[in-house]
Amino acid sequence: MTNAALPTAPDTRPRRRNAQAIAPWLFLAPGLLFFLFYVIFPVFQSFNLSLYKWDGLGTPEFVGLKNYRDLGSDRAFEVSLWNNVKWLVLYLLAIPGGLFIALFLNQTVRGIRLYKSLFFFPFVISQVVVGLVFSWFYDPTFGLLNVMLGWVGLGPINVLGDPALVTYGIIVAGLWPQTAYCMILYLTGLNAVDPEQVEAARLDGAKGWRMLWYVILPQLRPATFIAFVVTIIGALRSFDLISIMTNGGPFGSSRVLSFYMFEKALSEYGFRMGYGAAIAVVLFLIMLVFIAYFLWSMYRQERPR
Amino acid sequence: MTSIFRTTAAALAVSFATAPVAFAEAHALSGDLVIFSDMSNPAPRAVMEGMVERFGAMHPDLNIELTVIDRDAFKTQIRNFLTANAPDVTNWYAANRMRPYVKAGLFEDVSDLWEEPEIAENLASTKGAMTLDGKQWGVAYTYYQWGVYYRSDIYDQYGLSEPATWDEEKANCQVLLDNGVKCYAIGTKFLWTAAGWFDYLNMRTNGYDFHAALTNGEKSWTSDEVRATFAHWRELIDMGAFVDNHQSYSWQEALPFIVNGDAAAYLMGNFAVAPLREAGLDDSKLDFYQFPAINPDVALAEDAPTDTFHIPANAKNKEAAREFLRFVVSTDNQTLINAGDALGQLPVNSAASVDDDKFLQQGFQMLSSNSPGGVAQFFDRDAPAEMAAAAMEGFQEFMVIPDNLDDILQRLESARSSIY
Repeated sequence: MTNAALPTAPDTRPRRRNAQAIAPWLFLAPGLLFFLFYVIFPVFQSFNLSLYKWDGLGTPEFVGLKNYRDLGSDRAFEVSLWNNVKWLVLYLLAIPGGLFIALFLNQTVRGIRLYKSLFFFPFVISQVVVGLVFSWFYDPTFGLLNVMLGWVGLGPINVLGDPALVTYGIIVAGLWPQTAYCMILYLTGLNAVDPEQVEAARLDGAKGWRMLWYVILPQLRPATFIAFVVTIIGALRSFDLISIMTNGGPFGSSRVLSFYMFEKALSEYGFRMGYGAAIAVVLFLIMLVFIAYFLWSMYRQERPR
Repeated sequence: MTSIFRTTAAALAVSFATAPVAFAEAHALSGDLVIFSDMSNPAPRAVMEGMVERFGAMHPDLNIELTVIDRDAFKTQIRNFLTANAPDVTNWYAANRMRPYVKAGLFEDVSDLWEEPEIAENLASTKGAMTLDGKQWGVAYTYYQWGVYYRSDIYDQYGLSEPATWDEEKANCQVLLDNGVKCYAIGTKFLWTAAGWFDYLNMRTNGYDFHAALTNGEKSWTSDEVRATFAHWRELIDMGAFVDNHQSYSWQEALPFIVNGDAAAYLMGNFAVAPLREAGLDDSKLDFYQFPAINPDVALAEDAPTDTFHIPANAKNKEAAREFLRFVVSTDNQTLINAGDALGQLPVNSAASVDDDKFLQQGFQMLSSNSPGGVAQFFDRDAPAEMAAAAMEGFQEFMVIPDNLDDILQRLESARSSIY
């Protein structure tokens, strides 16, 4: 439209052309400025800081890549990294979980709104509350979990005190609200499923899994994409549950990179700013892989138009 | 000249505390005095507010602004406010815990205060804890003993008496275990409680000097001495002396074991007495004993953490701040704030009187006459923060999986070589 209008009066209305070129930038400027100042600039600042040894008080001392070399031999870092991988993989269970609850709830029965809100409830309450509820559930002396295990004759276990189980225990707690989130994404997605296509598929004899896989799921692709994005991001920034439920323990077995970074840089015994920044850079690089993928696939989706 | 005059005035005011008006007139302080305090628990908070009120009454022209910050949040916020927005007086802890701020030049050197006879004579016992690089960087206002708090009614029930040696301790423990009672409550979720055990076992096995050298990074974590300490610890662990699943509890969450009689004793600081009393254990059921001797050749030494006041180097009203420090450590104020109905701890001023409370009296006795080896602050105040964090994590791991000891000690040794 703009191109069509311009040739008619290219020289007489330069101001309008300028306005059209500048206006979007003007509107974007506040957002861009804040983004540059509060996101981009700190990112490079942490890159820089990770090359220094600094306790947050004195003068930083340049140490080159020493912080990264130390990370290589730091077993606590290795444990945190592995735990992050566990979080990334297992947290994705929220997507099929949310999908099946959504399919189950996507029917018109009396009071379905109430059931939907009950299933959505865990996402509404604070992560801190989720953490506390699950800590009590897992509690080795009075927790419900051990009572329930007792019914089937299984011995008491201390999920949050066992270095082998603790991360899985916390991930389960995290899956509770995350599944609810994915469920709501799929419920809205299901509203947009074309009933005619479903009808046509039914005429062709598709039902059950085949219907789900070949007809419903392709139409849910946008919802799946968003669910994937929020779940990956949620897994990488898992922090509050760990802090509430175990404080990284027992002896550091439930730490993830973000928690380890916090401990090293900002907690009571920390203040190795450079080392913390190096951990943050590693976390950033892991995130970058996913961010690049997300951006690329969004770009690809928008181009064919 | 003025400082001599001020010292005399302070000394006079302290000895004739009944006439605070004269004190205030002697040298009127004015302006603002900003105090940041970490005394956020109910009882300490009331003490802090009371001190500000009384100090304010002495100096009516001085405008005192008190900000009380949550005790745990304070530990991280202090870095920000010391550099950016320094108050005139701040709380902190003694010994190595103040080193980062002393090194960065953020605490005011108050050696001049320590030369005043009133402070030099009465506060001599905490001078060492306040000294770094030959200078004093603040004043202590309270300290408290560590030791074993135990259920005397349970001990009586099984005919046990307070142990004085390691063998008696283990014999007691075996009797308790045979009767289905755990010997010790402990909650290691936040790690430092395990450091209390390490402090005592190590000081009893190798003595105060070795312990101090170890926390200073001068001794190896893989040495035979350290291994001997852990071997003693392991004896208790193998007996099943500690409550199960301690890694899931904070120290407060482990209190019910004592209250319900599931465990008979608790190695803790004196601050554990208040919640235990509140939970219904009166003095007929709760008692205290000094951690027993293990190696008869080493002198007994104790943990007695000291809490302190400092003047930030960037403070604006240092004159008033110094006066406040003098007021805090003055004999009468020390008696008042450490009383059983206030902080319930021990006064740092030797001329102050210790409250009549059973535990304070026992603690005072122990520290003043039965701790010839020395007085340590506490593991995480004696060792640098980074070493403390790594070591305390190791202690917890050892208590859960004692077989990992070699691995843990290797790790601590390599941490030592990079930290010091």
